[in-house]
Amino acid sequence: MREFKIYRKHGRQYIRDLRKAVVAVPFHGRPVISGDITREEAERVAFICPGKAIQASTFNLDLGKCEFCMECAFMLPGKITFTNDHRMATNSREKLILSSGTNEPIHLDHEKIRKEIRSYFHHALKLRQVSAGGDNSAEMELNACGNVNFDMGRYGIEFVASPRHADGLVITGPVTENMADALKICYEAVPDPKIVILAGTPAISGGMYLSNPSINRSFLDKIHIDLYVPGNPPHPLTFINGILDLIGR
Amino acid sequence: MDGNILNIENNPGTVHIKDIPVLDYHLFVTEVDRLMTSGSSHCLTYFVVPGNDVYHFICFIADDTCGKILVLSHKQRPGSGLVLEPVTAKHFQFHIFEREIYEEYKINFSGHPWLKPLRYPYTGADKHQSIADYPFFRIDGDELHEVGVGPIHAGIIEPGYFRFICNGEKVLHLEIQLGYQHRGLEQLLTWKDSILRKTVLSENIAGDTAVGHALCHVQLVESLTGISVSRNLQTERIIGLELERIACHIGDTAALCADIAYQFGQAVNEALRTIVINTLQQWCGSRFGKGLLRTGGSHFPLTSAISELLQSRLKEVEERYVQMAERLFSMPSVLSRFESTGKVTARQAELLGAVGMAARSSGLKRDIRWSHPFQGYSEFKYEPVVLREGDVWARAMLRKNEVEKSIGIIRQLLPEIPGKDTVELPKYDIHLIPDTVAISATEGWRGEIVHVVVTGEEGKIIRYKVIDPSLHNWMALAIAMRNGEISDFPLCNKSYNLSYCGHDL
Repeated sequence: MREFKIYRKHGRQYIRDLRKAVVAVPFHGRPVISGDITREEAERVAFICPGKAIQASTFNLDLGKCEFCMECAFMLPGKITFTNDHRMATNSREKLILSSGTNEPIHLDHEKIRKEIRSYFHHALKLRQVSAGGDNSAEMELNACGNVNFDMGRYGIEFVASPRHADGLVITGPVTENMADALKICYEAVPDPKIVILAGTPAISGGMYLSNPSINRSFLDKIHIDLYVPGNPPHPLTFINGILDLIGR
Repeated sequence: MDGNILNIENNPGTVHIKDIPVLDYHLFVTEVDRLMTSGSSHCLTYFVVPGNDVYHFICFIADDTCGKILVLSHKQRPGSGLVLEPVTAKHFQFHIFEREIYEEYKINFSGHPWLKPLRYPYTGADKHQSIADYPFFRIDGDELHEVGVGPIHAGIIEPGYFRFICNGEKVLHLEIQLGYQHRGLEQLLTWKDSILRKTVLSENIAGDTAVGHALCHVQLVESLTGISVSRNLQTERIIGLELERIACHIGDTAALCADIAYQFGQAVNEALRTIVINTLQQWCGSRFGKGLLRTGGSHFPLTSAISELLQSRLKEVEERYVQMAERLFSMPSVLSRFESTGKVTARQAELLGAVGMAARSSGLKRDIRWSHPFQGYSEFKYEPVVLREGDVWARAMLRKNEVEKSIGIIRQLLPEIPGKDTVELPKYDIHLIPDTVAISATEGWRGEIVHVVVTGEEGKIIRYKVIDPSLHNWMALAIAMRNGEISDFPLCNKSYNLSYCGHDL
């Protein structure tokens, strides 16, 4: 009976339509960059950018390196704006590099999606997660994907305990030297065909740790990456919608 | 006190590097022993500042009764074969610091009971050591078996290796080997980069403690540049820190419910955590508070709209959380799993140098908000929650009590916020005072966070030391498991919920 009372207050928590869900502002989502940024302004923001994500010469902002700190937007208000568009996941690394003067939603490159992904994983996808130097915020957001609010399980997408039960790997963190071997073993233990997802800025590009000898990303260069999910950490909606786009739901 | 020890009165505090007393090693050990036995003191950090021809060992000890931080040091000439008598022999809580120094600088503390690699950093002195050949303790016997778990675990959590030596189901010994998460953060923080980049790095030391670590870093930098911030901004920072605590404690309550298969409690608490972190996102754009803390100012003033939102959301969360917690702590099936599981006594916690929740749930009154108040905490005389039991129940109950207390703090502070749309802007063009050692401590949700910076000529950073509470507390988890059942491990582990990346840096 007492649980019933709590249950009534708890109410219905799940987000009814994850495809149409909107994140409240201010959210650090897909940035929009105006076309009239001067060279001087570009150099200023490139200089302060902690993730070295901005290139001043041909102005572009790489969401794979962006820490989503919004400092560039504060420096150039009106010219760089972080919108609440959470749909930033894509299978093409180039699509994460945003140039000035464009305001296009980020989509997947359908040409690049391997055929077996949709034939095998369209109805159900089991994923194994490996944190390789992740700071536990991306890991917590991936956990949140399965909670009562986001309930990714409704689509048959779940995280599983063993790589043997998995159809793919979700990697967080910049891949530390000390985790490089374990990550490789885990990848090899996932049966073929398998998909690989990089979740969060450190995983996609190495982030702020890139030039540090404690990082060893050589393994990532050898494997095919099926999805990049930007964010520091990526929002559960970014992750879930990215996967749904990938498996064609 | 006398000339052997220097007192730092403030938190954060700075001292000129030349003012730190340098003692002969034997005297250093004697003085540390005297400080540690004279009541409620514990070691904040003990590390080496490497120079060309000298290693400067600096030790910071917190005196919890008088709110001071005590500094003393000794110097040694580098070179292989340096052997020192371990402080650990007298005060076990130094084990982790001496182990770190051994690994980084190959200094042998003869007689140290646990002189093994700590995190296999790329800057380690012995390049031949590999994380794959960690020297585990062994016990030989026909009746015993070993269970190894890791580095990758079954859930979505960070990597670490646990090895149990068991007699049947009973755990005789658990050894925890970490280092897989080592990203070289302390080294990155000394690079010649902007302060903004360092602040963003601090937010990523442990992403679940973004506010705690960033606040520690930010007040450290401010103390080293002479920047003082308004009372208003300090209050906003406290609200950020307490919000992070509320979110994490509720999330952990959910995880504890999950580990005892009480799914209802898990679902309800997860939903409550979502409300808290979504409110944080509406304030600063990030569900983890990344971006909220900046040196000298803030981009995200706590407007009256956010203030009202906080009021109403916290009211709702408090009501529902307390109702849920009362149900949780009254169920016999829950209590039978929580009570007496993973017990750590006050004596053990004291010996281990446990901090934060791990200390307070074992009867130690240890809380930086109370002993060394920072930002605006001194204004309202925070009184820590302390429980004596030291088991999983105490660690769960402590979370409930602290959630209520933190909501109370925020509720008390919100009316003081003017709710304006502007607040002082961050300052990035700053120069650090040269030849200085600065120390800053905050009480994050796990416990005491300490950052120390040592500057050289022209304010160049020559050493940046980060201590996450997990560094002290991992050993408490190992001790909690002794004589327990191996099936209690997930529950004990969750009850501490320690940080891997905060330890490995």
